[in-house]
Amino acid sequence: MLEVKNLSMRFGGLLAVDGVSLDVQEREIVSIIGPNGAGKTTVFNCMSGFYKPSGGKIIFEGKEVQGIPDYKISRLGMVRTFQHVRLFTQMTVVENLLVAQHRHLNTNMLAGLLGTPNYKEREQSALDRAAYWLERVGLLDLANRDAGNLAYGQQRRLEIARCMVTEPKLLMLDEPAAGLNPAETKELNQLIVSLKEDYNVSVVLIEHDMSLVMDISDRINVINQGRPLASGTPEEIRHNDDVIKAYLGEA
Amino acid sequence: MAANNYRHALFCAIVTLIISFPILGFNLEAKGVNIELTGAKTSTIVAVILAAVAVFVFQAYRDSFMGLLGKLPKLNPLAGREPMEQSKRVKLESWVLTGIVVLALFWPFVVSRGSVDLATLVLIYIMLALGLNVVVGLAGLLDLGYVAFYAVGAYTFALLSQYTGISFWMALPIGALLAGLTGMILGFPVLRLRGDYLAIVTLGFGEIIRILLNNWTTLTGGPNGIGGIPEPTLFGMEFGRRIKEEGNTSFHETFGIAYSGEHKVIFLYLIALVLAVITALIIRRFMRMPVGRAWEALREDEIAARSLGLSRTAVKLSAFTIGAFFAGFAGTVFASKQGFISPESFVFLESAIILAIVVLGGMGSQLGVILAAIAVTILPELAREFSEYRMLIFGAAMVLMMVWRPQGLLPMRRIHITLNKQG
Repeated sequence: MLEVKNLSMRFGGLLAVDGVSLDVQEREIVSIIGPNGAGKTTVFNCMSGFYKPSGGKIIFEGKEVQGIPDYKISRLGMVRTFQHVRLFTQMTVVENLLVAQHRHLNTNMLAGLLGTPNYKEREQSALDRAAYWLERVGLLDLANRDAGNLAYGQQRRLEIARCMVTEPKLLMLDEPAAGLNPAETKELNQLIVSLKEDYNVSVVLIEHDMSLVMDISDRINVINQGRPLASGTPEEIRHNDDVIKAYLGEA
Repeated sequence: MAANNYRHALFCAIVTLIISFPILGFNLEAKGVNIELTGAKTSTIVAVILAAVAVFVFQAYRDSFMGLLGKLPKLNPLAGREPMEQSKRVKLESWVLTGIVVLALFWPFVVSRGSVDLATLVLIYIMLALGLNVVVGLAGLLDLGYVAFYAVGAYTFALLSQYTGISFWMALPIGALLAGLTGMILGFPVLRLRGDYLAIVTLGFGEIIRILLNNWTTLTGGPNGIGGIPEPTLFGMEFGRRIKEEGNTSFHETFGIAYSGEHKVIFLYLIALVLAVITALIIRRFMRMPVGRAWEALREDEIAARSLGLSRTAVKLSAFTIGAFFAGFAGTVFASKQGFISPESFVFLESAIILAIVVLGGMGSQLGVILAAIAVTILPELAREFSEYRMLIFGAAMVLMMVWRPQGLLPMRRIHITLNKQG
């Protein structure tokens, strides 16, 4: 469903991403790994429309999407999370989920001012969907708290829930396990797998936690210094000499 | 440390002397054709020296003074109290607001004509501040040229009445819509700018509108302004002693009461009150609608908002347009109240005052903004006895206010939607 072909991104004299290709099938978890500064997040930023790539193509469901504005990309069904959690901290947990459903709501101002049945109905169904996902990620009891007051692990889960209420087809997770303890990482692991199994969502994952990556990925792409280094199943990657060199240094 | 302090204090005192002595210490007197330089009165010189001493003392013991000032927030009885629960807070806020409105309804019948006039001005400022509150407080866009939209509203009415003889009630929606349209047109190019840059561009825009009004003499009359703007009518009843427009009747004749100039003032006040209430209610409703949430989300984290499918331009533009719309409302009322407008009324200071009201009231809080509008409009009037020092007092009050309560009078938050299905 997603195909990235020969993607490159240049910042002035720096070629941050050079010739990276990637493809994701329906209901598949694909990981991108690589040392710090390898250009993983830059690839994400290109895919989610924050950057306009300098070269290459991004094809989502048969449509070229490179260079399309970010908010339109997410409306197509590609939604991302961030390396550093980005919540609306002064809004409540449930409101974070309502904002994410903005385009499913009746945003006609007159309808809202008059409180038409359609407006109320959509507002209620948005609340219901928010409640469903809060229960799913175990945050229902905290629904009316400020998002900024949640513990870090809860914020991570809320961010994923916030993506899921938009009903995406492809979820891009940027280091979702960063800062989580082993127990939380395990929960996250199960959550991501269930997103794939139960909600038919494909996932692209950037992660440093190798146990998580090896556990859940269907395929792995390794990037080093902006260039593709290897790709394959977890088993192939584990035994790839180039990858071992890049991570552990020359022996 | 102490020696350093004294040295610094001495330096400051000397600077005070150097600055103030040449300005205050000499007089130029015209004697015939010649100008003579004379020394000032002894009292002035004493005052200058006293000022230098005051500066010295303040600088020498600055830390303890600032320490005292730092204690000010603690004097606030409400500080450190847990914020009220939302359901309670909303109830209290609506009670207080209803109370204010009821009080305001009876106000014109018990006070003097001057007070009613002033109260009308307060209401106009409330409308302006509520509108700007959407832009600055909710959407987080610093707009320093807000007065431009106010001017568009006022001039729309003035010009239309001059050229087409339109009535107040017709002009009200037209003025507001045109102001909103201006907001939208301005919004398109500037909304990709952020923070400080946006502030500067809006500042420039405010000045452009004012200078345009000032110099387009053939249309706007330039600095001479436009006069003879009609007052509002009540179902075709005029409030003047004589009827100006054919077909209208006069208020006092219809009801068989003696003519009084107060009727007009009170009527205008009541219109302003109704419009202010409508403004408050509509914006209150907006805040709970998807668009209100989108404003806040974009203010909180623009990148996250965009990643969730919120169009930055559409959301910001809606805030800008709605803010401008209510400024146009206020402008039309203002034009009708004054009967005469000129570019003088739409200088940058007005933008600054409206912004001050929003900040003093607590960004995003309606009740706070209303109270601040009352305080900011009435304070300079109360301080009128101090004549030339009143702006000084006004400024000092603001400084103290910001030290005492930097978050504003009532930093209440938007009403949040709660999820009732617990557990």
